Amino acid sequence: MTAIPMEYYLILSAFLFSVGVAGVLIRKNAIVVFMCIELMLNSANLTFVTFSSYLGNSIGQIFVFFVMTVAAAEAAVGLAIIIAVFRNKKTVNIDEINIFKW
Amino acid sequence: MQLILFMILAFVAAVSSVAMITRSNAVMSAIFLVLNFFALAGLYLLLNAQFIAVVEVIVYAGAIMVLFLFVLMLLKTESEEKLLADKRGIKIFALFISVLVFIQVVCLIFFERPSRTLTPDEAASVKAGTIQAIGGQLYTSYFIPFEIAGFLLLAATIGALVLAQKKFG
Repeated sequence: MTAIPMEYYLILSAFLFSVGVAGVLIRKNAIVVFMCIELMLNSANLTFVTFSSYLGNSIGQIFVFFVMTVAAAEAAVGLAIIIAVFRNKKTVNIDEINIFKW
Repeated sequence: MQLILFMILAFVAAVSSVAMITRSNAVMSAIFLVLNFFALAGLYLLLNAQFIAVVEVIVYAGAIMVLFLFVLMLLKTESEEKLLADKRGIKIFALFISVLVFIQVVCLIFFERPSRTLTPDEAASVKAGTIQAIGGQLYTSYFIPFEIAGFLLLAATIGALVLAQKKFG
């Protein structure tokens, strides 16, 4: 990677992460909030792979492997929870899912 | 040449991520996220991470997003209204917070300047991204996390099955 400086990848990863943060805070559909969380996980993956490539070490990519495993497990369980909540509340709008309020 | 490719892929990734959070239709958000994952897979290939690029397409774009689209189809959610129609003050404040996060990370990058101390080695990075290198490390040094990841997937499978059945408990 003699052509591209490392900071370019890191700044792109920071941008994707902040777009994910904005999405989680703005959107009201619970499934879209989940997708923004996946976007944040992917931006962290990009940072790991960047460092792994520029250091010549494969440990970063092994960690990305485990992050993808955890993200897949979290997506499956989270969507199952959303389906279960939808069965009772008939909505996935997070403004109306206020079960914890009295 | 690599810089041009990086600019194209980074532009596609950034624009598709912004498009993802601004669509009112949730299925369009999912489609733009799939485009974002493909752009990220291209960036991983540019970084010589062959295995991670392929796994990203297969697992993220091919399995996780298909799962999201199935759930979106099953739940038949209605479209949200325009983004800045309701609760405008809170959303502008949320955008300000995310810009603040971005500025903080960019400041971290420019204070540390990792490219000043790192000398990239092309041959080593090509060798590090091959499936032989990753498999060799995964089955010897990181074998215990690998097995624990298997248990985690088993727990997630059982949890998803239990949570999604009709009669809970």
